[in-house]
Amino acid sequence: MTSIISIDNLDAHYDDRQVLFDVNLQVNPGEIMVIMGGSGSGKSTLLKHLLALKKPTQGKIQIDGHDIGSISSKELKELRKKMGVAFQGGALLSSLTVGDNVRLPLEHNTNLDTQTIDIMVRLKLELMNLAGFENLMPAELSGGMLKRAGLARAVIMDPRILCFDEPSAGLDPVTSVELDELILKLREAMNMTMIIVTHELESAFKIADRIMVLFDGKVAMVGTPDEIRNSDDKRIQNLINRKSRDEEVDGDAYLKRLVTGD
Amino acid sequence: MNIDITDFEQFKVVKLTGEVDLHNSREVKNVLLDEVDKQHHVLVDFSELDYIDSSGMATLVEAFNRSKTKQVQFHIVGAVGAPLQVLKLTKLDSVFSLLDSIEQAKG
Repeated sequence: MTSIISIDNLDAHYDDRQVLFDVNLQVNPGEIMVIMGGSGSGKSTLLKHLLALKKPTQGKIQIDGHDIGSISSKELKELRKKMGVAFQGGALLSSLTVGDNVRLPLEHNTNLDTQTIDIMVRLKLELMNLAGFENLMPAELSGGMLKRAGLARAVIMDPRILCFDEPSAGLDPVTSVELDELILKLREAMNMTMIIVTHELESAFKIADRIMVLFDGKVAMVGTPDEIRNSDDKRIQNLINRKSRDEEVDGDAYLKRLVTGD
Repeated sequence: MNIDITDFEQFKVVKLTGEVDLHNSREVKNVLLDEVDKQHHVLVDFSELDYIDSSGMATLVEAFNRSKTKQVQFHIVGAVGAPLQVLKLTKLDSVFSLLDSIEQAKG
């Protein structure tokens, strides 16, 4: 099978600080790939590269046949129409109603009739259990609702690839389970490829076809949920069993950091 | 995507082949609304349809709604695979009249 997303030997930096080291990943069409790792492991940076918000300092990213490092702005615009992004907090525009937020991509990118767009928006709001919330302002919604409204906007163009940053963060367990089920239903009906960044283990194991575990910017493992569960990598087991990092302290280096800041 | 229109009994059979998406759903809409406005009973044949996105589904909702106003029959025939999944996902299987085959429309 040809990969829809292909990452080869990716390095990433913020100024001098390297945050991703030699990352390799192939994602198949229709696959749900979960990127897992602790805070600061490089998950969000990897996502930024997949959205072409950051260009690789080293290595290559190909999405649907396009090389992100050398893509023209016109090609990028076309590619982005096939990609949906749901941000952590929903990222709705606060001055627009929920309905106007969701319809925004259609207004900008298509010449569909208003009535067709109205129905498409309501279909997606129904899907997200947000029927009747069309005319509310984002400030009037709960965290879970904002997240679902953000997801409605992310999938309004029926993207081939959906990137989802922390779907369950900050949600109660029931809402979180509902969202997981919705993700699975979306994939089944639309055959969407999904890249989901999360540190919620339960959710990751439930929805993932494969999981990539990142530690300190390096790929610790890519495997099925079972392979990850059965991994004998101590750091992965610590992550799964929610143990804190028990790193050995180098006394001299620690003292130096405290005294000189290096 | 191809649109073929044929006759069957009192119906106009609108057969959609290939993929209905943002680029061509307007064409589908024009054909369906045109038939409904002419007071024709319509069978939308999904049997050779590989994919339909939500702009296509919205279009069908508009045409189906118009068929109610015009008091003509409007059925979707032979939905299988991905298009059927989308109908179920959007719960539109509870809105539209779905038939397995064109023959079923006779009775």
